[in-house]
Amino acid sequence: MEHIITPKVEYVKLLNRYPEKKSVLGTLYLTATHLIYVEQTNNTRKETWVLHHHIMSVEKLPLTASGCPLLIRCKTFQLLHLLFQRERDCQDVYQSLLRLFQPVKEEELYAFLYNPHQNEEDRRQGWEFINVANDFSRMGLSNDYWEISHLNKNYEICSTYPSILGLPKNVSVATVTGSAKFRSRGRLPVLSYFHKDTKAAICRCSQPLSGLTSRCVEDEQMLQAISQANSNCPFIYVVDTRPKLNAMANRAAGKGYENEDNYSNIRFQFQGIENIHVMRNSLQKLLEVCSMKSPSMSDYLTGLENSGWLRHIKSVMDAGVFLAKAVCEERASVLVHCSDGWDRTAQVCSLSCILLDPYYRTIKGLMVLIEKEWISFGHKFSHRCGHLDTDPKEVSPVFTQFLECVWQLSEQFPCVFEFNERYLIEIHNQVYACQYGNFIGNCQKERLEMRLHEKTFSLWPHLLKNQHLYRNPLYRRSLECTVLRPSTLPLHFKFWCGMYNYYDRGMHPKQSVLDQLLSLTQKQVEGERTMTELQRVRGVVGVVDFVRVERYLTDMTLSPSHPFTAAGCCRWKRASQTLRFQITLLELNPPSSKSRGIHFLPNGISITLS
Amino acid sequence: MELSEHIKTANVEDVTLRRPFHPALRGTLCVTSHHLLFSDRKDEASWQLLILLKNIDAIEKSVENLFGYPRAVGSSGTITIKCKDLLVLQLEIPGMEECLNIASSIEALSSLESVTEMYPFFYRPSHLTLNGPWGLSSTEQYYKQTERLWDRWRVSTVNSDYSVCPSYPSAVIVPREVDDDKLIHSARFRQGGRFPVLSYCHHRNGMVIMRSSQPLTGANKKRCKEDELLLQAVIDGSELGYIIDLRSAQQAQQARMTGGGFESKSFYSHWKRIHRHHERGKVVQESLIKLVEACSDPSHSVDRWLSKLENSKWLSHVHSALSTAGLVVECVERDGHSVLVHGSEGTDNTLLVSSLAQLILDPASRTVTGFLCLLEREWIQAGHPFQQRCAHSAYSHARLKQECPIFLLLLDCVWQVWRQFPLALEFSEALLLRLAQEVYASNYGTFLCNSEQERCAAGVKENTHCLFQSLLRPDIEEQYLNPLYEPTDLAIWPSVHPQSLQLWTGLFLRWTEYAQNMEEAREEVWSIVKEHHEQAGPDRTNNTLSTHCDTLTSFENLMDELTIL
Repeated sequence: MEHIITPKVEYVKLLNRYPEKKSVLGTLYLTATHLIYVEQTNNTRKETWVLHHHIMSVEKLPLTASGCPLLIRCKTFQLLHLLFQRERDCQDVYQSLLRLFQPVKEEELYAFLYNPHQNEEDRRQGWEFINVANDFSRMGLSNDYWEISHLNKNYEICSTYPSILGLPKNVSVATVTGSAKFRSRGRLPVLSYFHKDTKAAICRCSQPLSGLTSRCVEDEQMLQAISQANSNCPFIYVVDTRPKLNAMANRAAGKGYENEDNYSNIRFQFQGIENIHVMRNSLQKLLEVCSMKSPSMSDYLTGLENSGWLRHIKSVMDAGVFLAKAVCEERASVLVHCSDGWDRTAQVCSLSCILLDPYYRTIKGLMVLIEKEWISFGHKFSHRCGHLDTDPKEVSPVFTQFLECVWQLSEQFPCVFEFNERYLIEIHNQVYACQYGNFIGNCQKERLEMRLHEKTFSLWPHLLKNQHLYRNPLYRRSLECTVLRPSTLPLHFKFWCGMYNYYDRGMHPKQSVLDQLLSLTQKQVEGERTMTELQRVRGVVGVVDFVRVERYLTDMTLSPSHPFTAAGCCRWKRASQTLRFQITLLELNPPSSKSRGIHFLPNGISITLS
Repeated sequence: MELSEHIKTANVEDVTLRRPFHPALRGTLCVTSHHLLFSDRKDEASWQLLILLKNIDAIEKSVENLFGYPRAVGSSGTITIKCKDLLVLQLEIPGMEECLNIASSIEALSSLESVTEMYPFFYRPSHLTLNGPWGLSSTEQYYKQTERLWDRWRVSTVNSDYSVCPSYPSAVIVPREVDDDKLIHSARFRQGGRFPVLSYCHHRNGMVIMRSSQPLTGANKKRCKEDELLLQAVIDGSELGYIIDLRSAQQAQQARMTGGGFESKSFYSHWKRIHRHHERGKVVQESLIKLVEACSDPSHSVDRWLSKLENSKWLSHVHSALSTAGLVVECVERDGHSVLVHGSEGTDNTLLVSSLAQLILDPASRTVTGFLCLLEREWIQAGHPFQQRCAHSAYSHARLKQECPIFLLLLDCVWQVWRQFPLALEFSEALLLRLAQEVYASNYGTFLCNSEQERCAAGVKENTHCLFQSLLRPDIEEQYLNPLYEPTDLAIWPSVHPQSLQLWTGLFLRWTEYAQNMEEAREEVWSIVKEHHEQAGPDRTNNTLSTHCDTLTSFENLMDELTIL
């Protein structure tokens, strides 16, 4: 709180992107966690809540005749253009935000304050809900070929790997430690996914420290062991996801890629995914296209092309498809790496898992996949998302790209995912929100040291509780083809308006098939459950359905970052002659007096919480 | 020359057919006067493919003659058939001579120019009779249905013998106070005689959309008193009307050099002119060709694809058509003014813009029947020269004459509206796709000829069947209906941000695997809706799906009344 210079500024304008709508004066509030802009005209009150952690940059624009403008760009791709009357106010808000949106210490992150009214037992269960070891058992580990190893339980072999590793059966400790020493940051080849049907495995690691001439017997043995764990294919693919030039450049620095002559029966392959810096710049350009004021079709398409964004998305997809094909068609095991093996490798491995295994296309399955391939394998969320005021060159939309690849797949295969687009967007927002502890820290060891499981809550139970919002009504569990074979022709890669222009509602379809189908199917589900109650309600109010009430509350008023979310508990009650609408608001936060009292929703509706 | 004389080889055995995403088939190929027939050789459950020769846009042949003898074993040829509905097929034909014969028959028979030789004149299915009603609506019927018109408007039959305007129907709606004589004068002052006529009357405020061709002001700024009076009568005392000129101001100026022109402010003082540039003719046709070419490009470069997509300009045309239609709607609905739309001839972009505006404004035109009526009035009767515009599609190597896929552009725009308002249209994408196919090659006479006059002369009504009638048979196919349809009374304004417009994959990727995935999704939607209806019980089938807007409104009203705990 000590960073807030002025908690409240009046007479602030929120400028619309489209000048035809006139902007009105409102009041800006700064709280410890949020920036809140309130517009009050006649009887309507409109609130815009922005979580500080969602802010990417704050920029003071040159003074204009109408006032002092401040441009706030968010990691959720929201753009706020505020206009202050007094330069002083603008400066104060600017100063405060600079300090607030990028905290210096981890303890300042939202998750350490946030309490969704759960007790310690709930918290513990929440953290245990997704368990990577269970996923290994689901794949059939341990078996004749692979086993679960605890060699890294103290993070001594590799500090950025999880404590449990999938390794080829009977591989010696010497091989493991030797191989780790020969790999960048000790990230040795370990199992990522075991495909039961073909016995082929996807393994991941970082680049070898081969330089120009070095070799390592243990590393060669390790690859040999991986190869021998799959009797269906005499060779393994080694996929370097980097462009060849980048990999060659690394050789000069004592790193590099596998020399086919030194390893028996490997087939080496480059994939050409660009590095984090290229991706960051590409997103920057894409966002410039998104925020163009009334571009022509040609401007837009040319801008889209020049950003290179879809080219990069396709390169990730191509690599994922290559892996999936190798596993299911050639029955070959694959070893994947990039430089450190925590960005491109995570993208490609997790994407191929989705292509290969229908489980990862479910709501829970995607959680498991993210927990496994991203969180536990040390994707540096803190650095890549810029949670704290750290090196801006470490920030890169690697995880966003993964989510987009999943979305692109869901556009090609509308019936194979259990979840809808909103699920992906919600996960994306939560990654940056730091409201839950899952995406804080850069690896498992770091998270353990921060004692996140004791101090913060896990996101997954929260998402699961709201899963009815994220369901894809077209999902067909029984689809015969379990392996997805997407077309990777360029014309199948579309701009994801729902993500990058999420806040420009005017660009989105005005009616939603998804909502319509969700409400139809929801009615069926509820109809089966509480037929009598529902009839009573219908008898009184007709076809007002719960989903819509909820959507109304969640979408229109309570942004994801609002201190409470209405979930699941809308109830219509008939008391005397009046209909009473009862909402149970869950997850009050902070559990302070702030959430009590009267809350104003749009359209003049107020909710009193006691 | 009899049609059959073009056929030198009618039957070939052992032909291999290759289609995208299907295994190759071997069977017999037949050429008839109007069809290409392929059937595989299995006696039981034989599979047949029947293609209208008119549907074939281009054929490419390559022959391999291994031994230098025409009849040698192993000589064979491949014909690639590219259809107007964008399907591409390959036929491997044994025997070089047979191959060449088949190819030349297809070439000759697919480009017939005489209307009465075309297939609709021979199509006689057992379930249809020729004596049934032809067409769905007429000017008179529209007038009768639209009570708002009765006061100030009348039906004129000044064009009953098509002498005033050869491309107009025999009856048109004009202001009551303007007599036929004035219309004749106005017609002389407009290109092709297309004087301003009523196209739509808005049910909310009585404002109208008129359409015409350009006035023939010429270099000397000629004027026509009767034309001015006609337009004056349209706005009848209200202060202002808008003329949406579908050319840039500069183009309109240039048109004066060739005898055309625009309505000048000084003579039409109550009309405000707005110029919006729209591409036409060859440029749009080339866009289609480029787009289809880009869609079948096997290259894996995203940059190349985006650059080709941009370069085709197809989406730019979609963008401008929807923007201008939105402008017309803004004038009519929001500002409460009448509008006159025209470009040069008034047979292409004019119809595109006025019919899109109606779809956006008028809930009646969003039902299956309403939409087909709209097409009939605003395209077929209004004299869009279908035969010239749709002679060739995207693959033809023939030199372009008057081809222009404006109707396809309309369907694409309607699809964009449907994508943004997926509940507001009663019909489905499948109907649009069917129309996209029928307009180029059809069993029915609906899209034949260039005007009502020509159709009369050729006896189209007497000798062919009507597509729209057939689509609307009582057992209208489920696939043409939108299962999620919820009528709304409001205008449905589509967003025209470039991010909101998309490539119409349903049409342009119609023959790919992608289309099969979409088909699955469509079936799934249907099954959800049906299941829901069953649950809701038979008596609720019609009212459980109340309109989206209604539900929201009633919900908001309710909220006010409620005590909220």
